[in-house]
Amino acid sequence: MAVAKQKLSVPFDYDKYLRKDKLPHIWCPGCGHGIVLKSLLRAIDNKELSKDDLCMVSGIGCSSRTPGYVDFNTLHTIHGRAFSFATGLKLAKPSLKMIIATGDGDAMAIGGNHFIHTCRRNIDMLIIVYSNAIYGMTGGQSSPTTPIGSIATTARYGNVEPPFDICEMAKAAGATFVARGTAYHTQELERTFTEALGHKGTAVVEVIDSCPIYFGRMNKQRGASEMMENIEKNGTFSVKQADKLPDEKKEGKLVRGILHRVERPEYCEQYDKLIVAKATK
Amino acid sequence: MAAKKKLMQGNEACAAGALYAGCKFYAGYPITPSTEVAEIMSVELPKIGGKFIQMEDEIASMAATIGGSLAGLKSLTATSGPGFSLKQEALGYACITEVPCVIINVMRGGPSTGYPTGPSQSDIMQAKWGTHGDHPVIALTPAYVQEILDETVRAFNLSEKYRTPVIVLFDEIVGHMREPITIPEPGDLEVVDREKPDCTPEEYKPYDDTKLIAPLAPFGDGYRFHVTGLNHSEDGFPTNNSEMIDKNNRRIMQKIDDNIDDICKNDESNLEDAEIGLFAVGSTSRSAKFSVNAAREKGIKAGLLRPLTIWPFPDKAVSELAEKCKVIIVPELNLGQMVNEVKRVAAGRCEVIGIHRVDGEPIKPAQITELIEKYS
Repeated sequence: MAVAKQKLSVPFDYDKYLRKDKLPHIWCPGCGHGIVLKSLLRAIDNKELSKDDLCMVSGIGCSSRTPGYVDFNTLHTIHGRAFSFATGLKLAKPSLKMIIATGDGDAMAIGGNHFIHTCRRNIDMLIIVYSNAIYGMTGGQSSPTTPIGSIATTARYGNVEPPFDICEMAKAAGATFVARGTAYHTQELERTFTEALGHKGTAVVEVIDSCPIYFGRMNKQRGASEMMENIEKNGTFSVKQADKLPDEKKEGKLVRGILHRVERPEYCEQYDKLIVAKATK
Repeated sequence: MAAKKKLMQGNEACAAGALYAGCKFYAGYPITPSTEVAEIMSVELPKIGGKFIQMEDEIASMAATIGGSLAGLKSLTATSGPGFSLKQEALGYACITEVPCVIINVMRGGPSTGYPTGPSQSDIMQAKWGTHGDHPVIALTPAYVQEILDETVRAFNLSEKYRTPVIVLFDEIVGHMREPITIPEPGDLEVVDREKPDCTPEEYKPYDDTKLIAPLAPFGDGYRFHVTGLNHSEDGFPTNNSEMIDKNNRRIMQKIDDNIDDICKNDESNLEDAEIGLFAVGSTSRSAKFSVNAAREKGIKAGLLRPLTIWPFPDKAVSELAEKCKVIIVPELNLGQMVNEVKRVAAGRCEVIGIHRVDGEPIKPAQITELIEKYS
């Protein structure tokens, strides 16, 4: 499934969604998290969502600091549990439009159990996994998406553990919208977020991002812009290219775009339809 | 109208109390011996516009409970020892973010999986110190089925009033005991609702430090604010300012410390002229009461101090007891938790002796009576 082309509004007033007095943000120079946030804010604008209804929940880590900068109802929780806090909020108040900001460590390691059960329930929320293959906040330890052989402060001899495929995990667990974008392909990411925000159910968007300060330096990558270019040239290919490219060109790369989209009853609606209807009969 | 009497199990009474208090949200995970609370809430909440969810684990249950409360619903979870351990990090989060919620812990034998169907009182200290960092704790200790209902209502009231999680601790014996109780009519018991802000969203500060307890706006009502488990300033955003960190850390303790008389509650029997004092909670306090009555029949001046609020610790009442008694006997279903607190408060003014049992059996009156008679 290709991401539908949409007219992109180039000049954009980000300020209306940001808590400007809380800037500058804590992200390091060269980090892609701010780029991802920009694509998200544009997508929110495309969907004309109300700031009073938007609720952003996060766990712990660099990406989990996002809620502090956006002028919504925002909840910065504990490591790995953003999904569970958000599930409580959404079930208690279904009018809230939930967005989870999480990282590869937060979502796939400590929060893995909550991630898969959130997908299974198909509760209406957009989960954005900022995936940079490292624990940045704590200083560069290996994560569940660190490639085999990569160096991290807890994998000085090279990481021996195979990485998770976040999108495959989401799909297998029952998420009804699964996509992958990158911090390089910003317009595509905006379109993907726009589609995801319009989806009813659990939508997971993995965003391939780079951490030049820890991952880059330890793995002898030249700099932030080179790492970004590497995402473009050597890291991914689009779903449109998937059928055309020979296997050897896809080797070691990740596919971008909307990878899975199905309709399945959403949790809060099912609660009303099945449980409340029977309980109040 | 005649009062409505009903034969009820302790865990059932707990659910009834939560519903009476206006609980509209429950997130939990099955665990013996508390599961009946979840089962009943799963049936009752959908009937009254409330929400029930069985989460994937105890941690998620605590997190979802806090989420439900932030959306504006009075929220409950119930568990037992191992689950209570798992909930601790999120419980601390509720303390620092000042999100009201009620946690029921039907205590079973430990450590670890221990004795799931056996009674225990070994989470007294976990309730106080389970989560890291200095934090406020309110924990209630009902001993009768009626009291479980009444104290669950009080737990919600204290939680909403003081914007803090409240723990209700009762042992498996009381949780699974059946007794006839009076079901309160609406209005019979006080029900406290959360204070909401009366200012504009622009003026709203979720941790307004000109107040000891600021009103809490629900998410989604136009008050867009930030909540974080990081040390934060009065606007809710993280801060590294030492002065602000200190002020907030002290304020969340002070809101409890300044209101001890409102939070503490004790049941006293035969204490006026007591020379031998007993200090006990839960099922153990029922044995203690029996022993006190038996002692009185023999002319022994024994009396019982039975705290219904174990945290904050009833220092004032224990201090008075230490003044008048030659000994305070502390029977408890653990290897010595409350007894050390009693010793701290007594500060050498009288002897303090513990009776401890961890074999999954209750402390029976005979064991207490024997000690009372020894000191008489």
